[in-house]
Parts: sequence; structure tokens; C-alpha cells
Amino acid sequence: MFATAIIVFREVLEAAIIIGILAAATRSIHGSKRWLAAGLLAGLIGAGVVAAFTDAIGNFASGIGQELFNAIVLCLAVLMLAWHNIWMASHGAALASSAKSLGKNISNGTRECSALMVVVGLAVLREGSETVLFLYGIAASESDGQSSMLLGGLTGLLAGIAVGYTIFAGLLRIPMRWFFSTTGVLVLLLAAGMASQAAHNLIQADLLPSLAAPLWDTSALLPESGLPGMLLHSLVGYDSRPAGMQLVFYLTALIAIVTGMRWAGAQRQSVKASRQPG
Amino acid sequence: MKRLLLVTLMLPVAAFATGFLLISLLFPIAALAADADFTLTIKDHQFQPTEINVPAGKKIKLRIENQDATPEEFESNELKREKVIAGHGKATLYIGPLVAGHYPFFGEYHKNTAQGVIIAQ
Repeated sequence: MFATAIIVFREVLEAAIIIGILAAATRSIHGSKRWLAAGLLAGLIGAGVVAAFTDAIGNFASGIGQELFNAIVLCLAVLMLAWHNIWMASHGAALASSAKSLGKNISNGTRECSALMVVVGLAVLREGSETVLFLYGIAASESDGQSSMLLGGLTGLLAGIAVGYTIFAGLLRIPMRWFFSTTGVLVLLLAAGMASQAAHNLIQADLLPSLAAPLWDTSALLPESGLPGMLLHSLVGYDSRPAGMQLVFYLTALIAIVTGMRWAGAQRQSVKASRQPG
Repeated sequence: MKRLLLVTLMLPVAAFATGFLLISLLFPIAALAADADFTLTIKDHQFQPTEINVPAGKKIKLRIENQDATPEEFESNELKREKVIAGHGKATLYIGPLVAGHYPFFGEYHKNTAQGVIIAQ
């Protein structure tokens, strides 16, 4: 039962952390919770579909379909998160002031929310399909102890959700002055971590060279099988034995998004300045 | 004005996407260098063989065939590999080049029985 709980917890954790951070980051956008819930539901349905077609996906492209699929899903999520952060860079100030005056919401957030709905959907789809397969395996096997394993699965699920909610509730306690810069940094690191994971998948499929693997080995100090390593992996993309190529992807994503945010911030400043009567 | 702003915002994103695509398209040439082929079978939630000897310093292509009806996840912390293989399914993954040493692997869905090790020499 314990082993089952850990497996399910690991899968749920990453999606729960992403949802927790995004739910906090969009706190003052009207109707954002409904969009995120829609993403969650779509992701759950998608996870079932992906699990049912695991064999077909796996056989695609002579056996590396699963890696290709993961890499594409991860890259899409990176693009959406990048767009979110760049959008925030030009709307953040307005959002912060509207969040201060309770009840007044920014209405123009529909497109923004639909991008985050996609991120949530993709995260749940990717992590959820493996959980579905795993639980299906338990249910299909004829061994004893099925109920205790399913109970373990439920425990893992609830524990994962609890971590996600803790992050959400913790972020909401941050004073408004620092709030959007904090969630901005978190989303930035989430995106960079996903870019690194995309590279890892492409290396496993032999579509990318690894470039010095591993670059370092901190698995004795901070293993990803332990809770701190697991949390850091989901939050900032920590890897105990990264390939050089993963770092290239990580830094590329980081620099590209920060550049985009600076750009958008500068645009906002110049728009503001041109509106000032001379 | 607003549209202009939006287009400007999308530019770095588009550039980033193009970069990703280019990198992924340029490198398959390097992929042809894989040289050693090994096959692993899963039956009754056990790996066969349980020990694979591979050359160190070479890229290895590992084919995994799952003869069980239930799915299994090939996993190794040391190799940093994770891959789900559907029931009665097949999969391919690449590992290495490895430094000489022992690299244990296991089936995450049946950890008690599905254990094995890759030895790079």
C-alpha cells in the first residue's frame, strides 16, 4: 500500500504544484478558477485517452513515440507559460492595483486564462495517464491486496493535492507588493524545468545528443526519490544527474522568457509615457 | 496599438519555438551513431535477462518487449530512464554512453519481482 501511495503521489505532485502556482498567479483575473477547473477536467479525460492508446503512441516512430509525445506536450506548456509571464509583464501593475481594490477585476483575461487552461490540461494529461495505467494494472491483476493498493493510490492522490493546496495558500499570504514578482519567478522556473525535461525526453529518444552526461551527480546528496528532491524537481526543474543538453534548454528557456518580459515591460512604459500630455 | 503590442509580445515566443524546432531537426544526424542493440523481455512481472553486459562508452539501443497483459514502467535512477510499456507492447529507448559500472533498473509497477542490472564494461 505504501509503495502504491508513493508512486501515485509522485505523479500527482507535479500537476498539483503547477495548478497551485497558476491558481495563485491568476488570483485577480476574473473567472480564472473556472478556466483552471476546465483544464483539470480536460486533462483527466485526456489522461484516460492517452492511457488507452499507450501502445499506439509507444509504437509510433519506431518505438520512441512516447518520448516525442512528452517532448511536444512539454514544449507546448513552456510556450504557454512563457506567454503568461510576458502578458503579466505588461498587465501586472494593473492586476496588482485591481487586486488591492477588492471586487474590481480585470475583465480582459479570457485569452490569458485559456492559455493557462491548456497548461493545466497538459500537466494533468501527462502525469495522469501514467497513474491511470498503473491503477489499471492493479485492478487487472488477480493478486490479493487490491483494495489496500487502491487505498494507497487514494492516499497518494490526496497527499499530492494537499501539497498543491499548501503552495497555493502559502502564496496567497505574500504581500501584494511582492506577489506578482514571486509568482512570475515561480512560473519562469516551472517553464525552464519543463524545457529541461523536454530535452531529457529527446535524449532518451536519441533525437538530441546528451552533451556531457551527467554534468554533475548530486544523487547521493539530494536524490529525486526523496521528498525534497521531488519537490525541487517539480518546482524549479532540479535534476540530480542532468545532461549538458538539459542545461542548454533550461537556460535558453530562462533567457528567452526574461527577454520577452523585459520587452513587454518596456512597451508598457513607452505606451504610458506617450499618453502623458506633453 | 493593442494589436501591435500583442504581435511584439508574440515575437520572442515565436523565436523560441523556432529555436526548439531547429535544434530538434538538426540533431537526428547524430542519432545514427547508435551502435549496440540489446533486448529485454518482461514476463510474469520479471525481466529476462536480469543482467545485461554492455560496452562502456557507447550509446546503447534497448528494445523492451512486454509479454504480460498489464503495463509496466521500465525505470532506473542510475540510468535516469523512465518508460511505460503497454501490456503486450514493445518500446525502444536509448541509454549511455555509460561510464563502466553497475546500473540497476526495475519495473516500477511491480518493484518486488521486476529487478535487473545493466553492467557497463
